[in-house]
Amino acid sequence: MSFLDLKNVTKIYPNGTKAVHETSLSINEGEFMVFVGPSGCGKSTLLRMVAGLEDITEGDINLDGKLMNEVDPSERDVAMVFQNYALYPHMNVYNNLAYGLKNRGIDKETIEQKVNDAAKLLQISDYLQRKPSMLSGGQRQRVAMGRAIVRNPKIFLFDEPLSNLDAKLRIQMRLEIKKLQQKVGVTSIFVTHDQVEAMTLADRLAVINNGIIEQLGTPIEIYDNPKSLFVAGFIGSPQMNFLDGNLKNKTLSAEGFEIKDINSDYEGEVTLGIRPEHLIQTENGLINLKVDLVEQLGSDNLVYGQLKNKKDFCYRCPGNQTIEKGSNLSLNIENNKHYIFDKSTGKRVN
Amino acid sequence: MKIKPLQIIAHIILILGVLLMVVPIWISFASSSHDSVTILTEGMKFHIGDQLARNYNEVLNEKGGWSEEVTAAKMFINSFIMALGIATLKVAISAMSAYALVYYRFKLAVPIFWLIFITLLVPLEVRIFPSYKIVSDLGLTNSYTGLILPLVASATATFFFRQFYKTIPDELLESAKLDGANGWSFFIDFLVPLSKTMIAAMFIFMFVYGYSQYLWPLIMTTAEEYWTVVMGMKIIYTESYEGVALPRTAERFAYIILSMIPPVLVVVFLQKWFIKGLIQTEK
Repeated sequence: MSFLDLKNVTKIYPNGTKAVHETSLSINEGEFMVFVGPSGCGKSTLLRMVAGLEDITEGDINLDGKLMNEVDPSERDVAMVFQNYALYPHMNVYNNLAYGLKNRGIDKETIEQKVNDAAKLLQISDYLQRKPSMLSGGQRQRVAMGRAIVRNPKIFLFDEPLSNLDAKLRIQMRLEIKKLQQKVGVTSIFVTHDQVEAMTLADRLAVINNGIIEQLGTPIEIYDNPKSLFVAGFIGSPQMNFLDGNLKNKTLSAEGFEIKDINSDYEGEVTLGIRPEHLIQTENGLINLKVDLVEQLGSDNLVYGQLKNKKDFCYRCPGNQTIEKGSNLSLNIENNKHYIFDKSTGKRVN
Repeated sequence: MKIKPLQIIAHIILILGVLLMVVPIWISFASSSHDSVTILTEGMKFHIGDQLARNYNEVLNEKGGWSEEVTAAKMFINSFIMALGIATLKVAISAMSAYALVYYRFKLAVPIFWLIFITLLVPLEVRIFPSYKIVSDLGLTNSYTGLILPLVASATATFFFRQFYKTIPDELLESAKLDGANGWSFFIDFLVPLSKTMIAAMFIFMFVYGYSQYLWPLIMTTAEEYWTVVMGMKIIYTESYEGVALPRTAERFAYIILSMIPPVLVVVFLQKWFIKGLIQTEK
């Protein structure tokens, strides 16, 4: 049996909104699981149910073999890092870290040792006597994590902890969280709406939309093999290009071009997905792109333009290529990497 | 730096305001240091006289009242106990009831809050007879409990604490819960220290409110050993109509000055806290 087990967990708010539909999920010990999805998709609700901050309407949550449904959050042995850190403003850093230990009746020397160890690990030893208001964003973030680590909980829960930081610090903290999790080896669930964060941190990823886990897998599995239109559009940056088309007799006819020998028996209206990075320039390619705008990122160029039918389209090419605004590009799909989705249900068909 | 005309006008207004507050107190103080005859014949004084020690000693230690049993010092102590009890209990009860109203979302929380709020419309003076009846049936007349207990509920303070608790982010409670805090320890470890400034401010207001109570102690106490300062002030004034003695004007001034000291001390003492809290609990 796995470490954390969710069985048909459902959340219905008193006003009738169904925030989380029947969700089953198993997380192994030491695993770093990321819940990713747009805001309001129920990912935070799911996390808060694991923490015990929301009641479970239906279903069971098992942690380390024990049913958690009716267990008070203080008894669950979980630690959570909040989006705004929720540091205790009237206590100094030391007491912020020590508070949870004090409540568990641990003796003073042990507390001091544990707090000092955690502070050393997070490099906040110099700030132990300061109040949270005297710390920078990154330092507060560390204190919040220290507060979680020091208790040595069964599971870490992160609720969008990086969204209050500036871009540079966010990348740095992202790395540190990952390193720390590997060092401490504690099971973690991380909630984010940022797909880059999700891809970089996760051992496994759950893409959530409208209270349903759309797809569960390793980041690369999800990137390479999205099972639905939503997942395909959500994971990957810049976003996947979508074109309308029609599939018949294993032949896809899209806007102005055809792809033959499609590996699917589906027939009907479909959406064709092509990632901007899976295109190459050739002569007489399938797709003709009229360039409107080029974003030069240094390592890459992001080329935005329109197809013949005025449909927006994006192409990503290496940064050393010069592409003029207003020019016409002829593109082919690299290694036939394309995704076909049923237009009505959004399910992958090839 | 050049001083602008507007600044000069502003300062003049401020200085006038200060004088308006300070001058009457100074006149009272200065007058309290002369003997009564001087004041009666020459009016109030601006300078300090030579009777200071005598007047104050007289006021504090001379036994007064109808049965000549109570001294002003005893009255100060009574008032201080009453005000302290009222202020402490008012703050404690209001903070706790506001905590219940904000954090325990039971169905009747809102109606109960409004019910508490409506009691603002029924001050003690309006319900003085039923209050007296209850207290006297409980046998609490002529006791500190009787002086304090009927005045300890406060809708105003409950309202202020409620508004303050509502500004505290929910994450703090959730985080504390995960750290193993229960309902009681969240209140003691978080809400009380976070609302230090509120508590200090409320304590000051409620202390002054309790100290300046007149009607309730007047009705409540028949034994002179429970008389309070404000009652004593009335008695000192009426004294002059008895017999042929001269009105004891100088002692009255001394009494007034002394009666101001306890509330001033509370304000001065708590102001340190007040400012400390203001500087430290920024979020």
